[in-house]
Amino acid sequence: MIPLLLRDIRLSVRAGGGALIGVLFFMTVVAVIPFGVGPDLNLLSRIGPAILWIGALLAALLGLDRLFQAEREDGSLDLLLMQETPLVLTVLVKCLAHWIATGLPLVIAAPLLGLFMNMDEVAIGATTLTLLAGTPAITFIGAAGAAIAVALPRGGLLVSILVLPLAIPVLIFGVSAVHAAIEDPAPFLPPFLILVAINLFFAVIGPVAAAAALRLSSD
Amino acid sequence: MSEPSLAIRKFSDLANPTRFLALVALLWPWMAGLTLCLFAFGLYLSFATLGDYQQGETVRIMYIHVPAAWLSMMCYSVMAVSALGTLVWRHPLADVSAKAAAPLGACFTLIALITGSLWGKPMWGTWWVWDARLTSVFVLFLMYLGLIALNRAMADDPTRAAKVGAVLILVGFVNIPIIKFSVEWWNTLHQPASVVRLDGPTIDPEFLRPLMVMAVAFTLFFFTLHVLAMRNEILRRRISVLRRHAARAVGREGSDA
Repeated sequence: MIPLLLRDIRLSVRAGGGALIGVLFFMTVVAVIPFGVGPDLNLLSRIGPAILWIGALLAALLGLDRLFQAEREDGSLDLLLMQETPLVLTVLVKCLAHWIATGLPLVIAAPLLGLFMNMDEVAIGATTLTLLAGTPAITFIGAAGAAIAVALPRGGLLVSILVLPLAIPVLIFGVSAVHAAIEDPAPFLPPFLILVAINLFFAVIGPVAAAAALRLSSD
Repeated sequence: MSEPSLAIRKFSDLANPTRFLALVALLWPWMAGLTLCLFAFGLYLSFATLGDYQQGETVRIMYIHVPAAWLSMMCYSVMAVSALGTLVWRHPLADVSAKAAAPLGACFTLIALITGSLWGKPMWGTWWVWDARLTSVFVLFLMYLGLIALNRAMADDPTRAAKVGAVLILVGFVNIPIIKFSVEWWNTLHQPASVVRLDGPTIDPEFLRPLMVMAVAFTLFFFTLHVLAMRNEILRRRISVLRRHAARAVGREGSDA
């Protein structure tokens, strides 16, 4: 499993800089927002956490269609299917590798973009922390979408359409945890713990569904 | 023990599409007729009852709106059962059923959204509110559209589309409670109830009677449309198989000549 993890990370960092493109997209989306809503710093600091979260969500969805597509194209997907290790475990490891290569850079880039949004330290910290807890969930549930669309010639956009409604809870609890951290009366922990719970839940159903879909679409 | 085995045998009889088509041909005129009668009765009741003392005549929108909203959820449950049928029992008609139900569910959800919007304008003063219930129905609508898009994208291979779609339906079905819960959480956090909601008082029998009749009528309407859509889907698949055979036969003749 470790070799698979390392291989996937290496491939996604090397091949066309897929990981960096995600971060670049994230930065571009966040940079475009002030042009839309105006350069009012107070407004930006108020909507900043939400902007960062939406940008990260879109950037995480962007690379998802490549999760199994490259393997299918060069035939190694069939080898993964024939392995003796359970397919669910393989999918889980691939998700982890994908998250390390594309999700983690988003989390690391978030504090810098938070400065652009005129957010204070607490808000930046909370946003980074919730992104750290929330982006794996997007990858896990996105893996199910990617596996479903793997047989399609132009699956990229469809994956986003299928996954976005399912990712709404992640967005809601991520943003509300940040808001709870900024505004005093609301406690930070409950939404954050629910976010972690959703993460764990998706870590189960995402790979299981993805493995089922891969098996069903391979025959 | 004899009861379930008999039921299963009967149910598995339906796996034969020809037998299913014969049953549909026998049943659907009755179902359609009963639906029409119930709709006539329900609509008569809807317009014969009193208007609400606060909402006036607009309360009659409820007799369309509530059954449509109810069906939008029931349809997804039907699809989830069909998805289980596809994945677990490999019932040949289950994937037909799931595929036929998706556009119907989208239509009922759209009806619920539009009538709700029309009702909201006079009552709340706005076409759309980011209220928890409205939002979750809207997300359900998006999920229906995603499923339809998936079916269309894999139109050349309906069996595989059905299997993969079944996985998606089940993932969505597991997620719907989470989405509902999170949307409610989100709403209470961001927006205190700024809109006077109807659901305070328990509903009066005066309104309940037409509502129930309309709900049964809508349910029967759904099942009529569903079996007809399933029939069309089976026929469509047969035609495409026949076409493929015909094309192959022509190709063979061409190579012989």
